[in-house]
Amino acid sequence: MLNTKIFERSAIGRLLLADKAGSYLLMVLFAAMVLVPLCNLLMPEGSFLHIPTYIVVLLGKYLCYALLALALDLIWGYCGILSLGHGAFFALGGYVMGMHLMRQIGERGVYGNADLPDFMVFLNWTELPWYWYGFDSFFFSMFMVALVPAALAFVFGWLAFRSRVTGVYLSIITQAMTYALLLAFFRNDMGFGGNNGLTDFKDILGFNLQSDVTRCVLFALSALSVMLAYILCRAIVSSKYGRVLVAIRDAESRTRFMGYRVEHFKLFVFVVSAILAGIAGALYVPQVGIINPGEFGPINSIEIVIWVAIGGRGTLFGAVIGAVAVNYAKTYFTGAFPEVWLFMLGALFVISTLYLPKGIVGVVKQLQDRRAERNAPTSQGAQS
Amino acid sequence: MSAVVKSPGFHSSELQSMLYLNGVTKSFDGFKAINNLSLDIAPGELRAIIGPNGAGKSTMMDIITGKTRPDSGEVRFRDNIDLTQYDEADIANLGIGRKFQKPTVIETLTVWENVELALAGNRSVIRALWHKLSSEQGDRINEVIKLVGLKAKTSELAGSLSHGQKQWLEIGMLIVQGPELLLVDEPAAGMTDQETMETAALLKEINREHTVVVVEHDMDFIKALDSKVTVLHEGSVLAEGRLEVVSANPRVIEVYLGR
Repeated sequence: MLNTKIFERSAIGRLLLADKAGSYLLMVLFAAMVLVPLCNLLMPEGSFLHIPTYIVVLLGKYLCYALLALALDLIWGYCGILSLGHGAFFALGGYVMGMHLMRQIGERGVYGNADLPDFMVFLNWTELPWYWYGFDSFFFSMFMVALVPAALAFVFGWLAFRSRVTGVYLSIITQAMTYALLLAFFRNDMGFGGNNGLTDFKDILGFNLQSDVTRCVLFALSALSVMLAYILCRAIVSSKYGRVLVAIRDAESRTRFMGYRVEHFKLFVFVVSAILAGIAGALYVPQVGIINPGEFGPINSIEIVIWVAIGGRGTLFGAVIGAVAVNYAKTYFTGAFPEVWLFMLGALFVISTLYLPKGIVGVVKQLQDRRAERNAPTSQGAQS
Repeated sequence: MSAVVKSPGFHSSELQSMLYLNGVTKSFDGFKAINNLSLDIAPGELRAIIGPNGAGKSTMMDIITGKTRPDSGEVRFRDNIDLTQYDEADIANLGIGRKFQKPTVIETLTVWENVELALAGNRSVIRALWHKLSSEQGDRINEVIKLVGLKAKTSELAGSLSHGQKQWLEIGMLIVQGPELLLVDEPAAGMTDQETMETAALLKEINREHTVVVVEHDMDFIKALDSKVTVLHEGSVLAEGRLEVVSANPRVIEVYLGR
């Protein structure tokens, strides 16, 4: 078959053939991208194949979290940068999207003011602040979704990595960064809706955000983004650059003495990761319909780390699995036993650190290895 | 010195010294780790540096490789490059390689990948992202892996190597980095007698193309190197010369055996 040959020779093809688990993950994501919207839109309500809209939205949310987890695993799993503030980049991407959606409301707001969002009218502002200019444009906004988190990551990373802040100290200042942003966005005079954040969105590119079709498209876009981000991350970690990252993670000072500018390598991956987190936030906001300063909360950022740790750090697909699994558990338990969820989350983290250092992915791999050993009776002689 | 003639790296006959330290001082909280240290390593030389614990050997290495800035004094590479102006990555790219006391290889990468990372070449982010290995580079990597005796381990994780093998791998990584000057910190630490002798032979082999400075405790190893020896004590040079001469020096005997 000509087609398979072309696939095998292409860069992406070679990448995926070497990454079996990743290929399965991409197949599952692709199937979900196609089937979930079909089951929602085409299957009659009441049919057991019908997926209700609220499930579509929920799954879309999980996928945004999965993208965020991928972003964190790229820097933590492969370069040892434990960011406890990655929620900040997610929230910034979300705010940028929220600003665009606010501008789309136009005169349909409660106050019917075509020039100002409701919260500005409420605060008696008379004109739009300069930093809200341009967000009427979808393309400008999409550009800012990447640029704003990237700019923060660049400045923050440049200062931190140049001063060789590593380990726990870096984690603490990333946490401080997201906390500072939380406090700043709570203020009304920042011009981002203060405590309430941005909400009451109506439509995106003229499509009603409440309609099933729009929600399905947003879901499919989220799935597609996770797939593309996965391939991008896999390409990065499979390159020589990725091996330098691992070298920095395991022996930073040795890598310096090999002549690599560690700070440049860290900065690049940190910025890429922040952009992915920003895109995740931008996909998240139209699906949940609100963005508020709570997204900057330190706890949110810590939860991301837990998803990655439970799924399996340094594997990429583990991050996706962990984000979906933990958030499914969260949905279930916060519904069934709301008061125990936080204890469960804590326990889950402790257990996974103590007993599953490689997360869910590590356990599956162990079981596979054990089965392979049992199925190979000659292995005793072959073991060295 | 036949090594000087053989080496392709020392083409310019005007080059006076590969490494020149003059009056270098460095103190930590008032304690002078290095005190008015002067040292001159000729191109192509193999030099052993010995000294009791706390003599300032590691601090000296840190100063040469840019990890630590001296309080005063000159540190020059290839006659006129002032090393105090540069950081670790710059100095590595100028052509000074360093082997740590504890073997530090990237344990989660294979032997081959370790050597590939160290291989001389452009160190920029962009190049690393789009890097494609040429067949000459591949040959060079295999050649060096063979030289350090790890051919059978090429695709094994570096973390699975024995202590001695890790030391050799790190030496191999230094060789492909293509430095003119190699600083080697206690290569024989923790090695068996046989490994120690093999390591001495390996360093002498490497010395055919590189200037080598070795810091070591093990006297059998120093004997096997058969080179000029510098004895450090309390941050400065106590004696310098052939091992037989130095070990007959009463001050050296006092420092080494007197307490």
